[in-house]
Amino acid sequence: MSETLTTPQFAGSVGVPVLEVDDLHVEFRTTYGTVSAVNGITYSVNKGETLAILGESGSGKSVSVQAVMGILDTPPGFITSGSIRFHGEDILKMSSHKQRILRGPGIAMVFQDALSSLNPVFSVGHQIGEMHRAHQGASRREAKAKAIELMERVGIPAARERVNDYPHQFSGGMRQRVMIAMALALDPEILIADEPTTALDVTVQAQIMELLSDLQADTGMGLILITHDLGVVNEVADRVAVMYAGKIVESGTIDEVFTSPTHPYTAGLMSSVPQAESKGTRLNPITGQPPNLAAIPAGCSFHPRCPHARVGSAAAPGRDCAVEVPDLREVRPGRKSGCHYSEELYGE
Amino acid sequence: MARYIARRALMTIPVLIGASFLIFWMVYALPGDPVRALAGDRPLTPAALAAIRDEYNLDDPLLIQYGKYMLGLLQGDLGTDFAGRPVIDTITQRLPTTVRLALTAIVFEIIIGLTAGVLAGVRRGSYMDNLVLVSTTVVVSIPVFVLGFVAQYAFGLRLGWFPIAGLSDGFRSYILPGLVLASLSLAYVARLTRTSLAENLRQDYVRTARAKGLKPSVVVGKHTMRNSMIPVVTFIGADLANLMAGAIVTETVFNLPGLGRAVFDSVLRQEGFVVVGIVTIFVFFYILFNLVVDILYAVIDPRIRYD
Amino acid sequence: MTDQQPRDVEDDLGGTQTVIESGSPQDQKATETTVAQAGGELRQASLWSDAWRQLRRSPLFLSGAALFLVFAVMAVVPQLFTNADPNVADLSRSAEGPSGEAWFGYDIQGRDYFANVVHGARVSMAVGFFTVLGILTIGVVVGALAGYYGGWLDAVLARVTDVFYGVPLILGAFLLLSTLSNRGVPEVSLALMVFGWMTAMRLVRSTVVSVKDADYVQAARALGASTWRILTRHILPNAVAPVLVYATITVGLIIAAEATLSFLGIGLQLPEVSWGLQINSGLNRFRDSSFLVFFPSLFLSLTVLSFILMGDALRDALDPKLR
Repeated sequence: MSETLTTPQFAGSVGVPVLEVDDLHVEFRTTYGTVSAVNGITYSVNKGETLAILGESGSGKSVSVQAVMGILDTPPGFITSGSIRFHGEDILKMSSHKQRILRGPGIAMVFQDALSSLNPVFSVGHQIGEMHRAHQGASRREAKAKAIELMERVGIPAARERVNDYPHQFSGGMRQRVMIAMALALDPEILIADEPTTALDVTVQAQIMELLSDLQADTGMGLILITHDLGVVNEVADRVAVMYAGKIVESGTIDEVFTSPTHPYTAGLMSSVPQAESKGTRLNPITGQPPNLAAIPAGCSFHPRCPHARVGSAAAPGRDCAVEVPDLREVRPGRKSGCHYSEELYGE
Repeated sequence: MARYIARRALMTIPVLIGASFLIFWMVYALPGDPVRALAGDRPLTPAALAAIRDEYNLDDPLLIQYGKYMLGLLQGDLGTDFAGRPVIDTITQRLPTTVRLALTAIVFEIIIGLTAGVLAGVRRGSYMDNLVLVSTTVVVSIPVFVLGFVAQYAFGLRLGWFPIAGLSDGFRSYILPGLVLASLSLAYVARLTRTSLAENLRQDYVRTARAKGLKPSVVVGKHTMRNSMIPVVTFIGADLANLMAGAIVTETVFNLPGLGRAVFDSVLRQEGFVVVGIVTIFVFFYILFNLVVDILYAVIDPRIRYD
Repeated sequence: MTDQQPRDVEDDLGGTQTVIESGSPQDQKATETTVAQAGGELRQASLWSDAWRQLRRSPLFLSGAALFLVFAVMAVVPQLFTNADPNVADLSRSAEGPSGEAWFGYDIQGRDYFANVVHGARVSMAVGFFTVLGILTIGVVVGALAGYYGGWLDAVLARVTDVFYGVPLILGAFLLLSTLSNRGVPEVSLALMVFGWMTAMRLVRSTVVSVKDADYVQAARALGASTWRILTRHILPNAVAPVLVYATITVGLIIAAEATLSFLGIGLQLPEVSWGLQINSGLNRFRDSSFLVFFPSLFLSLTVLSFILMGDALRDALDPKLR
């Protein structure tokens, strides 16, 4: 349990976190070689809290939650080690039947592109109500009534009239609301939202995030928000885990990570975002390219792009950035960093 | 919806007219004298010749001939063959055989083609997948009439399971020709199902269905199949008409007294009215089934607009 | 694409008869987006080099190509395969079975059957290639016109295509040929062309429609390129891949169609040496001398197979989404 982080407001109030992911590794085995998409990530989510997993595309953030959800495409994706515990019980060791019935009431997921993620040939009411029919044996009528109720709850106007409409008849934002209604159908304890607003207009993005926040406040579910958008993280998340090349490189509460990063990658992310107060000054983008997951650099995977990397004789003993793999370690109470030189660079 | 159907139906009329005119033109305007063919070796007096030409409107310009023919057709009069027998009688007598043959074929096409396609598509690269790919390639490569001989030789002559030709054995007589007639379409259906299913299994909504905690059988059998079947159903629907036309070869090989065989015989005898009548029926079915498929398509795929 | 009209759907369907797996609407959606987004010669270049790399390693393609080469050489120089004269008849050996001396035995007239079957490759290949060449010519011209100009021209050409689709290939060619008293390779090819061009037309048309508004085409237009240049340099190259796949498979299917017509007695005529005719005449002796039907059938099927194999492999190689 010392591995897990709890947010201040929930610290002590809950014994076991709802969801604990421990040292998870995921590989993709393709004809061109093996790609390590997730390389040992550990996090936990409590009731009522929002964990944001922040990272560039290819950092393994989506793959890690697909593994949690049990919807990894196998092959080519394989979970090679680690555990995913739901209320203390390892999902990976459950029977496939038990895993399956957990999806929906236990953990549910909202996907990025609602148009392609909803089945084009079934009405939205059918797709929402299918949750009740499959998991609770509801009748067609009951399922439809529940679907209407859920559609109203996520703010779809004229839900009763639109329940028989098909996904392509909705706007992008409304479609995403349908996805959310479907995910919420069985009051999940954990909701995973994988880039829920990326495909939407900016104004609609804000509405959807607000909806997710409100729903979370109502239901007390834990929310895992996968995103590459710092702004989104800032608005809704309690804690944030920053991913790079399949690893968490930094984690902590949102305020702390944003105001005083303890990893050069996070620091680089913060200074590459345009901000109103820094208008007129140059942005400092991170140089170089995200690593190829089939050939992750040895040592700290960020070192080829890191402005502070210490390599060879410049490095302290046992802390050569190009050789030694840094652990994710607690640098301050509630703060973890995966940088050898976090203390030197960013203070205690 | 009703307006959509009406509009689609109206659109088929020019096609029907065009196609029947094309056939009419081929049979009547191109070289070859049906009257001389009719006469055979018998000498005909000029008067008798003129009488025949007049009876069949052979001296009118092509368009007039066609117009008269179509007027007759609308009243159910397709003319007579040279023996004086109404063409419509030949058609009504022979149609059931061809329809039975086509239906037998479509049953094989659906059962074998769909099963093979699903088995192959669910697990791409598996043993079953490769088996289906190889066997469909072989089937597509063997011309239907050759396949007919192979079936006659193996199942009829050697094994004696089914009659080699003719209709002497009731329903069993239709099995071999039905299978042979279905072979090409069956291979297409298997391949189309395979690709369509494999492609749909990669779609995002399948991932969603799994994330909803649905049974794997529901994920594939309901969510994926419903989408995968859209192209397959449309293919099978339109293919029914092709099967009827394909009967020309199958009925000849298996010596079945259907419309295909009748077209074959009357082309060799240059019995223009019979040929035009039967081929027009084929074209009518072809266009009708395509219309049905269009409507069906709009029903099973909600993304299609009716306007 | 979501407001796709049934008309387009039928376009797909028309193809399925001749192009195996010509595809679902998703298919078309995928090609349209890739074509529209990428555009330009870069994509084309990498498409071809990737495809070639894949083909070289594909056992199916290699076996298809090997078979094709054998039959192509057989069609051009049959003497390489047999010294026997296909026309020398020895009636005393009529329908004599295969032996070490005559691998395929003798036909009813007592001619060396192997020599006859080998010489049959020529007309099959000739009909296959001439017909497909004609089909492509009609298809590209009509398809490009309909797709590029759209409007009433497209509507009229679409109806004309429908009319010809209404008459199935074998049936139409059968009727047309029955009105001709001399039926050689040109006549049979022509008949098959007349009733076989529609799928090629729709293939070209749909490619043209999908790329004619692409940004790089707009750019070319803005820079003052002529219609001819836009069509030949910017639009039609996109159709080369699907048309090539279609053409390869269609050569095989046309060869089968020619044999069917000749078998029915309405295709090529004696003294032309054709597998369909050989099968037809062998049929009289089917019960006691089935080899007379077997050998030409085998050669015919292998020839068709070679094109199907190459076409299938080509499609897999040229369709990036299947990788």
